[in-house]
Amino acid sequence: MNGFKRRALPRPTRRRVVASATVLVLVAALVTWAALPERHSWTATDQRITVRSGPAGTEPVDLDTRFYLPKDRDGKVPAVLLAHGFGGTKTSVGDDAESLADRGYAVLTWTARGFGASGGEIHLDSPDYEVRDAQRLLDWLAERPEVRTDAAGDPRVGVVGGSYGGALALLLAGQDPRVDAIVPLITWNDLGRSFFPQSADGVTTPGVFKKGWAGLFFGNGSASPAGGPPRAGGDPACGRFAADVCAAYLKMATTGVPDAATTALLRRSSPATVLDRIKAPTLLIQGAVDTLFPLSEADANARGIAAAGTPVRVAWFTGGHDGGLGPQTDQDRTKFLTAQWLDHYVKGESPAPENSFTYSRVAGFSALDRGLVTNGYSDPAYPGLAGSGRTEISVSGPAQPIANPPNGNPGALSSLPGVGDRLSSLLGGVAGDLGGQHATFESAPLSAAADVVGAPTVRLRIASPTGSATVFVKLYDADQNGTATLSGGLIAPVRLTGLPEDIAAAQPVMVTLPAIVRRIDAGHTVRVVVATSDQGFLTPADPAVYTVAVEPAVTLPTVVGTPIANPQVVWRYVLLGVLVAIVLGVVAVLLVRRRREAPPVAEFADTPLVVRGLRKAYGDGFVAVEQVDFRVERGQVVGLLGPNGAGKTTTLRVLMGLTMPTSGDALVFGRPLTPGAPILSRVGALVEGPGFLPHLSGYENLRAYWQATGRPMADARFEEALDIAGLGDSVHRRTKNYSHGMRQRLAIAQAMLGLPELLVLDEPTDGLDPPQIAEMRRVLRRYATDGRAVLVSSHLLAEVEQTCTHAVVVNKGRIVAAGPVSEIVGESPSVQLSVSDVTAATSVLESLDVRGVQRDGATDLIVDMNGTPREEVVASLVRAGVGVDRVVPRRRLEDAFLALVGDNSRGSGDR
Amino acid sequence: MSSAATGYRPSATLPIRAEIRRQASRRRTQLALGFMVLLPLIVLLAFEFGGGNDDDNGGGAFSSLVDLATSGGLNFALFAIFVSAGFLLVVVVALFCGDTVASEASWGSLRYLLAIPVPRARLLAVKLVVALAYSLTALLTLAGTALLVGTLRYGWHPLGSTVAAEIPAGQGVLRLLAILGYLAVTLLGVAGLAFLLSVLTDAALGAVGGAVLLWILSSILDQITALGSLRNFLPTHYSDAWLGLLSTPMQTDDVVKGAISAVCYATLFWSLAFYRFTRKDVTS
Repeated sequence: MNGFKRRALPRPTRRRVVASATVLVLVAALVTWAALPERHSWTATDQRITVRSGPAGTEPVDLDTRFYLPKDRDGKVPAVLLAHGFGGTKTSVGDDAESLADRGYAVLTWTARGFGASGGEIHLDSPDYEVRDAQRLLDWLAERPEVRTDAAGDPRVGVVGGSYGGALALLLAGQDPRVDAIVPLITWNDLGRSFFPQSADGVTTPGVFKKGWAGLFFGNGSASPAGGPPRAGGDPACGRFAADVCAAYLKMATTGVPDAATTALLRRSSPATVLDRIKAPTLLIQGAVDTLFPLSEADANARGIAAAGTPVRVAWFTGGHDGGLGPQTDQDRTKFLTAQWLDHYVKGESPAPENSFTYSRVAGFSALDRGLVTNGYSDPAYPGLAGSGRTEISVSGPAQPIANPPNGNPGALSSLPGVGDRLSSLLGGVAGDLGGQHATFESAPLSAAADVVGAPTVRLRIASPTGSATVFVKLYDADQNGTATLSGGLIAPVRLTGLPEDIAAAQPVMVTLPAIVRRIDAGHTVRVVVATSDQGFLTPADPAVYTVAVEPAVTLPTVVGTPIANPQVVWRYVLLGVLVAIVLGVVAVLLVRRRREAPPVAEFADTPLVVRGLRKAYGDGFVAVEQVDFRVERGQVVGLLGPNGAGKTTTLRVLMGLTMPTSGDALVFGRPLTPGAPILSRVGALVEGPGFLPHLSGYENLRAYWQATGRPMADARFEEALDIAGLGDSVHRRTKNYSHGMRQRLAIAQAMLGLPELLVLDEPTDGLDPPQIAEMRRVLRRYATDGRAVLVSSHLLAEVEQTCTHAVVVNKGRIVAAGPVSEIVGESPSVQLSVSDVTAATSVLESLDVRGVQRDGATDLIVDMNGTPREEVVASLVRAGVGVDRVVPRRRLEDAFLALVGDNSRGSGDR
Repeated sequence: MSSAATGYRPSATLPIRAEIRRQASRRRTQLALGFMVLLPLIVLLAFEFGGGNDDDNGGGAFSSLVDLATSGGLNFALFAIFVSAGFLLVVVVALFCGDTVASEASWGSLRYLLAIPVPRARLLAVKLVVALAYSLTALLTLAGTALLVGTLRYGWHPLGSTVAAEIPAGQGVLRLLAILGYLAVTLLGVAGLAFLLSVLTDAALGAVGGAVLLWILSSILDQITALGSLRNFLPTHYSDAWLGLLSTPMQTDDVVKGAISAVCYATLFWSLAFYRFTRKDVTS
């Protein structure tokens, strides 16, 4: 019954236990790692701080703050005041705060007045309100026992912020000398110029109202807090804006021209007014994909601060209010620059940062996340917007009439304010000009690539029947296929007055285009487009037709920067290291595995086969061979006889080097048989049926086999082998069409190729017809004549008896008899008698001098004669009146076989 | 004194030439290589008879490879590679590497090779080298045929791309070779997996199918962004990095990482295959 039980689990061997344990430990580690909460290196405290500000410093306002402190601090730590952008809260700078706290800074973030959970109204970074709030926060920091101070009430502090927070950093540094360093990102210099940009040089009238961005800016501030109820009692038009700011916006959005009050208000909120008072070293980071605060804003800040003798450094990245944070490489660079700046000027630790100017240029798309990839470059000093070099090109085109659409509709599209982080689509070009509304002036294909870094300039002439004109100048990079790209979606708005009606009378006006970073490849053309409308700007409502011309000369500022080593380059060395390690590993394995052949066991050097104490237990615990010892001498044909499952095939597999014995060994001419042992080349084998390539003919199979031995063709003795196979013309047919017997004969022929000294054949007559069996017996006997030996396995008694000179009988994995066939098969002391009366015969026999009388069926008796002649027994029986039908002498092999197998018809495989 | 039969040297067994011939005569090999020739012709016919512009399939910046496919021989070859890199080449490589040992086992000829004896490590090494050689041949056949028929039909033009500037034809050929080189390297991963399975199983179909299935599984997992940076360790994560070789200057960061990933995986799988095969009982 045991045979029917199946184990639910495999038997636990040592290997399985080790493997399961390893897997378990790995899974446990992974789960633990995933489940454990992150351990922070800092603590954060939320609290509301009430500060007093306003013109008189007496108006209290509640600020929602969060204070980060590094856990692991040595005494007092320097602090960073981290300001958020317009419309954000203290949580929008959480990531930056955490990474600064990680670097050992006490970080104070707060929600600016008028936003989130803080009280008060939005005064647009007014020196009396937001800036004064920040001054009070400096006071608060100075009182923290954990924060380092320069003097009583003067904390060691840097101010970092982007956009709205960046302007605050500049204004605060200009207003409060306690600030030790600032890092303003993507912020403005002059808010008036940002909302009313004017790109024509030397023109002082305000430019064109940037309605798209202004509306977005205003909308952000007037919206009620997310999820909260509408603010009661407030002016629905103004939201949380202070009354003066709200009035200024409403007025400028209506007219498109700022009045004196608005101009003053915007002026008050502009760092431009305080640059000469900034003493804190300043790192200015500005985005090249920013139509709100373009690179020129940072340029103005840099020049202003440098004029006061304060250290200032400029970095550009590919991103901004339109482009978002930019590619990872750019984020890493700006983060590094910020940390380096603060570490030196606030913490006072690392050496002074270089003064180099760094920027990045789009190199292409990442194949993996479809994002942009940029390369970083550096130049020893900040060159400004005019570049360190210049390329003059000329564009051509006739003076062209262009129409201003009424109320700016339909309007051309150049950027998508507020969509944010649409870097790739932006660079792919959302720009589109409308027919009749733009004039085009194009250059010849560039003979050499130009690395444009800075603001290109063109000279424009305009004639207008009304005397004034609002136009937008754009610079496209057009490739050979005509695809034109507007870098960053940046355009130059120009509003001119006092224009003549005739283009011939128009004076050229220098227009500085927005600063860009772009490589214009050789073969590309530069296309200057002058358009009358843009959806981002407020254009004159009345229709008009202008005539525009562009002077041929266009100046492209260039910088040839040094590429910044990409940290990703390290992977190249990793790859190299991996390859070297693999090569070394392979060499090491080859050296270790190089083994000399073991010397022969001299005693058996001339014996074709000696099997000693062979045992094979399989991984699942099944023992196929318990203990097998036998020898095959030269000239012998040895039969390995046993029932199915006795262990014959396993023994032969060991002899072929396919299976490793658990213990014991097999020696061929004294050499142990291990997998791949060269001695195997002197053994020919057929085990468990033929194995041929089905798509090759019999002949090709034999050739392919012999080729695989690498031995000379002449040694193969193909003719003899083919003779033995006896396949005739069929030898040229594909083996997949062969009958079982044909394959068997071919396999025997293959085993005999090269006439190996020991031939091992597993059930060779399987599938052969009687004449072929007879022929095969002759072949095998003849094969063993000149010193060679043959080992044949069979489960058929007659087979072994007729083919072999010697026999080895195995059962249940053990040898039960061995010796010359004549000896084993010779006369046995017992006979089988068929008699007419079994009972009478038994009594007669018992009176004779015989041993053991056994009944065997209804009419048969098996008698051990004990030397008594058979004729005497028969005579005695006949005399006693018992009829004798048959007297069959029994043979020893049969005895042995019956003793082993007769009582166990299930076969030993079921053990 | 060697104990071996005269003329037998372990290092001379199963010569590479013999293994190449063993595989070359198989219908499977002939069909796979034949298809590599056929595919560009089918694609060409599809372009010829397809007519009209299909609507934008929204494949991002690289959908342009389809639009540009008929702009010249180089672009046509690039397109042929683009459409076959994700699946066809994986199947072909899995076929060559997954079938090689398992099929011998299923025919029963493996035990006779081992009884010659071909040393087990040598048997694997020769089988692997030949399988890789056939895989490379398939890759080059595909690209070569596509380049040839594309050039004959659409002419010899610079390699166009809307991602970056046009690449002059001469340099375009180099880029194409670099792409093929990278593909060859990334396919080492699937080659390693298929080869390992080939050693572990006697069913050739199981080895090939198993390798392809696991590859698809890895691709699916790679689509699940929630896995975050764990995806970087998937063998298929960098399989599209060759597209970076089309921009100017070339984006090689992901290519390098992809090469590291592929080489590591291939080494791991092959090491396991050799470890297992040199120790196991061959029972087929």
